[in-house]
Amino acid sequence: MKVGLFVTCLVDLSRPGIGFAALKLLEGAGCEVVVPEAQTCCGQPGYNSGGREIAKALARKVLAEFRDCDYVVAPSGSCSGQMKVATVHDLFQGEPDLPEFEKLAAKWYELSQFLVEVLKVERVPGKFAGTVTYHDSCSGLRELGVKMQPRYLLQMAGASIAEMDGAERCCGFGGTFSIKLGEISTRMCENKCESIRATRAGAIVGGDLGCLLNIEGRLRRTGDKDTKVLHFAQVIAGEE
Amino acid sequence: MQIQSMFFKKRASEKLDDAILQGNMKRAKGKFVDGRAKAVAEFGVWEEVRTHAAKVRDRALANLDAYLVEFERNAVRRGAVVHWAEDAEEACAIIAGIAAKNGVRKVTKSKSMVSEEVNLNERLEAAGVQVVETDLGEYILQLAHEPPSHIVAPAVHKSKEQVAELFVRAHGKPRLTEIPAMTREAREALRDHFLTADMGISGSNFVIAETGTTLTVTNEGNADMVTTLPRIHVVITGIEKVIGTLEDFATLIRLLPRSAIGQSITNYLTLTTGVKMPGDTDGPEQMHIVLVDAGRTKLVGSDLQEMLRCIRCGACMNHCPVYQNVGGHAYGWVYPGPMGSILTPVYVGLENAGDLPNAATFCGECAVACPVKIPLPDLMRKLREQQFDRKLRPWSERMVIAAWGFTATRPALYALLSRIGARVARWMGGSEGLIHWLPGIDGWTKGRDMPAPSGRTFREMYRQKRSGASHGR
Ligand code: SF4
Repeated sequence: MKVGLFVTCLVDLSRPGIGFAALKLLEGAGCEVVVPEAQTCCGQPGYNSGGREIAKALARKVLAEFRDCDYVVAPSGSCSGQMKVATVHDLFQGEPDLPEFEKLAAKWYELSQFLVEVLKVERVPGKFAGTVTYHDSCSGLRELGVKMQPRYLLQMAGASIAEMDGAERCCGFGGTFSIKLGEISTRMCENKCESIRATRAGAIVGGDLGCLLNIEGRLRRTGDKDTKVLHFAQVIAGEE
Repeated sequence: MQIQSMFFKKRASEKLDDAILQGNMKRAKGKFVDGRAKAVAEFGVWEEVRTHAAKVRDRALANLDAYLVEFERNAVRRGAVVHWAEDAEEACAIIAGIAAKNGVRKVTKSKSMVSEEVNLNERLEAAGVQVVETDLGEYILQLAHEPPSHIVAPAVHKSKEQVAELFVRAHGKPRLTEIPAMTREAREALRDHFLTADMGISGSNFVIAETGTTLTVTNEGNADMVTTLPRIHVVITGIEKVIGTLEDFATLIRLLPRSAIGQSITNYLTLTTGVKMPGDTDGPEQMHIVLVDAGRTKLVGSDLQEMLRCIRCGACMNHCPVYQNVGGHAYGWVYPGPMGSILTPVYVGLENAGDLPNAATFCGECAVACPVKIPLPDLMRKLREQQFDRKLRPWSERMVIAAWGFTATRPALYALLSRIGARVARWMGGSEGLIHWLPGIDGWTKGRDMPAPSGRTFREMYRQKRSGASHGR
């Protein structure tokens, strides 16, 4: 089974460890993983900024790079939403390459969904003794139905989960929103951090690096140097 | 209402610092969101009815012209006069004209967002007509000289204490502390107006083509008073409110109060069909129905048409984390929250409301909550596309997107730049690995640190690992 790993631009640039954790998990479960070297970004920043043509160009680029894979997996609900939902429901509606994108969408998985629903893993390499709280990122949750999968995997690694109030509330990241409307974004993030603090968990875990950087940035700015901010892949791969 | 939507950012910033408002918003959020969730869960067939409701609205919009003509025919048959207003000015002129012709001195009003849209009160007051808002929320705001901040609960931004203060000043009675007592005092103040008004103005949630009926949903029963007591009844509403049949209405009314405030049924449903007929014990002698376009036909047939399905329940704003934090006034016009972020740019011009389509993280809560399945984030994105194409966003922002697009489609260049970027940012992050301030993204760094990259990109590390592995083999 040939699995393409879509690393995502943020992971590539900022937290390569998440990419390697994903790689370890997939290879550990027996997948033959390919990582096309020319990959960059799914196009969502352009898409959500009104740059539709840029988004389409990048989607076509992703398609070309992963066409030959049996599956494509990304450690992000947001990029996966872009490639599974935005392409087929909007960007390529009524265009000749729609069937190609439908095929790509059908074999594209967010990492936790792939591990749980396709690979049906029963064991993960990571061991995590502490308590974590989980933030549900919006696209993964509302576009793809990512909810129980990462929690299930975290528990498999031995973590106990203290649910925060409003785990499904947006953290305020929203891509360029976090810069364009920074004050509102910061307030939304502060609301999220309040919920996190209230759980007294040692780590806040999520599945989208954008949200995690946002949350980490606010926690650190407000003097919290201790709470770990982790991608679930890092925890379950034992690479935190 | 004065258009202030161009100042969204500045106003939002003020609202974020308004401690009283923040407290009021927090309270309201709990009530609306939890109430709706409970009502939806109890309903059992929510998704099915929701799907059907979207179809009902789409059918009405597909047949808008035919339904409107049918509505007019049936309303006229029952003695009503139907007026067509192309814009705000025309709507006001029609109603002011009716008032002048009939020597109207006092008007009682039940809640109407369209009347806010066209600035009707101001116009009537300028003509010397006294206007009394009779919806409790609107009444409070009239005393406070403030516009509504929510389409269902217009005074949601006010606390009980703030209202008590207003009542002391307006009614000249001792300060009250309990809501039932305050409501009673307002009713007493309003009673006399109900009985002495010459004209009642109501909005309408739906107008029904097959019967010529206008329909108003309230919880206070004030619309009954406004529509039946005065000798003239004027309905002002948007042309998109027409639906085919009473049965269509039966579908929509199952969703409206549940979505709005978690009620399974509304307290009052006021259906008015024509004027007082021989043998009727009450009802107005004249009924005028003013159907307002004011930008709506621009949406018909456009890629934003789905917005016209809106039944004005307010669920999208109740569930919007941006609205919850800044309140309705920040949006600067009649319609706040996600629905307003689409309607305001369309009705007042995208160039006058540039921040609104961008005031969303696309978290999707509004689209999940909307009872008629309007894909609100998708529509906001369409407006962002218009802004992009019409070059309405700042030059710097467009340049960044263009430069990013250019680079991201050129892998070698991208690899090089991200490699440099990761190192520079790593260096900037210092020993803590946090960037405290970065020009260009100060919107972020004002309230948050930017966690610095680890220093090397995945791409280069992966390549190294692979070549290491193959050497080792
Ligand atoms: S857009 Fe949907 S949720 Fe918002 S007010 Fe209209 S009907 Fe209600």
